Amino acid sequence: MLRKYFPAISASARREERIFYLFILPWLFGLVVFSIGPVFGMLGLSFTDWRISLDNLQFVGLENYTKLFADPIFWTSVGNTLYIVVGRVVFGTSFALLLAILLNQKVPGIPFFRAVYYLPTVTAGVAVALVWIWIFNPRLGILNYSLKQIGIQGPNWIFSKTWVKPSLILMSLFSVGPNMIILLAGLQGVPKELYESAEIDGAGHWAKFKNVTLPMLSPVLFFVIIISVVSSFQNFTEIRVMTEGGPGESSNVLIWYLWENAFIFLQLGVAAAVAWIMFVILMALTGIQFRVGRRWVYYEGEA
Amino acid sequence: MAPRKRKQDVSWRKSIKGRHAIGIIITFALLIPLGIAFILPFIVMVSTALKPLNQVFAFPPRLIPETVQWENFADGWYGYGYVNFTTCTWNSLKITVNNIIGNLVSCTLAAYAFARLKARGKNFFFAIVLATMLLPNEALVVPQYILFNKLGWLDTHLPLMVPPWFGWAFFIFLLRQFFLTIPEELIDAAKIDGAGHARILLQIFIPLSKPALATLAIFAFIGNWNNFFGPLLYLRTPDVQTLPVCLVQYQGAYGNTEWHLMMAVATIAVIPVLLVFIFGQRYFVEGIATSGVKG
Repeated sequence: MLRKYFPAISASARREERIFYLFILPWLFGLVVFSIGPVFGMLGLSFTDWRISLDNLQFVGLENYTKLFADPIFWTSVGNTLYIVVGRVVFGTSFALLLAILLNQKVPGIPFFRAVYYLPTVTAGVAVALVWIWIFNPRLGILNYSLKQIGIQGPNWIFSKTWVKPSLILMSLFSVGPNMIILLAGLQGVPKELYESAEIDGAGHWAKFKNVTLPMLSPVLFFVIIISVVSSFQNFTEIRVMTEGGPGESSNVLIWYLWENAFIFLQLGVAAAVAWIMFVILMALTGIQFRVGRRWVYYEGEA
Repeated sequence: MAPRKRKQDVSWRKSIKGRHAIGIIITFALLIPLGIAFILPFIVMVSTALKPLNQVFAFPPRLIPETVQWENFADGWYGYGYVNFTTCTWNSLKITVNNIIGNLVSCTLAAYAFARLKARGKNFFFAIVLATMLLPNEALVVPQYILFNKLGWLDTHLPLMVPPWFGWAFFIFLLRQFFLTIPEELIDAAKIDGAGHARILLQIFIPLSKPALATLAIFAFIGNWNNFFGPLLYLRTPDVQTLPVCLVQYQGAYGNTEWHLMMAVATIAVIPVLLVFIFGQRYFVEGIATSGVKG
């Protein structure tokens, strides 16, 4: 049985194999200690009444989960997370695609614009989140001031229960840099002959976009959507710096709910349950996207 | 038939040219306003950093300060209470440099193994690399926190500085893609000369992969310099804090903050990232494109 998977090999091949495992050893060790171990540890701890210390842990079965499912704030944070994920995927991906198409035009100055569009992504962090509080300031901020100049009374942005999530989505549009670059590389990989033959057939811009660009771009688009979903779950910095889940609970997303339970309310067992649910959701989403993706993604060379 | 066809060709090219001019105008009509929008947060940051406090709250808001108050940078840096930016910057720098080196060393070894060595079980482990590439660390913090607590590492830099020495799936993947492009003949020639894998890696792969390694170094620099979640989680005392946490501590309750000083320090914190980005832009763009397309 084992022979089938580990066929006998020569001495030199065995030596190479030893070097292979020696070289991947640091990564393998890290994987077990920092990823796989934690995933299972988390599952185990989510069935305990763990609060601060690990001594005297009591097994409480599914209590943390039932507590969680009975907590309306948990469901609010699930809803908020979905809202932001969908918003970021739909608007973020479309916006990144628009930018990529612009940067793919044959006009002078493209490297300059590419750098400018990428810039907010590399500086995304606490410093820029602080600036955005100021930009979103309803009375003194540049955003509402600009809107006023064109006759629009701006909303209260992050200080408003209805506008806080759209505000965060709007802000996230400024850091679509990686998706923009990946889509741009995808656009540049579309064979020119396809556009030429489409033009000969009399296709206009829209027809070319719909019938050539989108199908050829679909594998890349698909990859971009996956990273967008995953990264939307990680938006901790903005929430911590700008809203702390508020106003009310209107920007309480899962990662913030997890943080609050773990490190503010010290309900670590509950936090472990939340973390495990988040982990399962992420894995499921990735799995679903892989499945759905396989159906509508066009791969070159397929019939 | 032939002359007629040529005539057709010319008219076709002409119409394309006419369309092209309009296309250029439309492109710039979008490129430029978007560019301004993308730079606006920086302009707001720098202009606030240069204003006296009373002008920060002036209405209408002005992007160009009436009076420039350079002292803001020194005053902001001086900090207040227990927030000390010199210490924070030093800590950020130390952690960032360590993590870049750790990541490069551990990921180079694993990437070489996955790209160039034959072994049973290799495909299985590479599938794990691909699966964990997308796993966000945030989902694992609770148990990692216990682990580091048990080891007595809380409030030290170890939880931030040790894991990078154990590889990162995303970097391993990127570097492996690059290593696959190095010609087989070079390796064969080296083997004939009696070189072992350690020498092939050091004398052939690393010199030839400088652009890829530079890309990873830039990614690692930006990621670690901006890292907020980890330091916030593991560090308590002011002496060990990093720059992003210092910045947040500067932020008082809503609306009751010395915005001009905070923006001055924020500007200083962003400068290293800007410099790295501007000088490393070429590598950066290539690296990201590789992650999405050649995968």
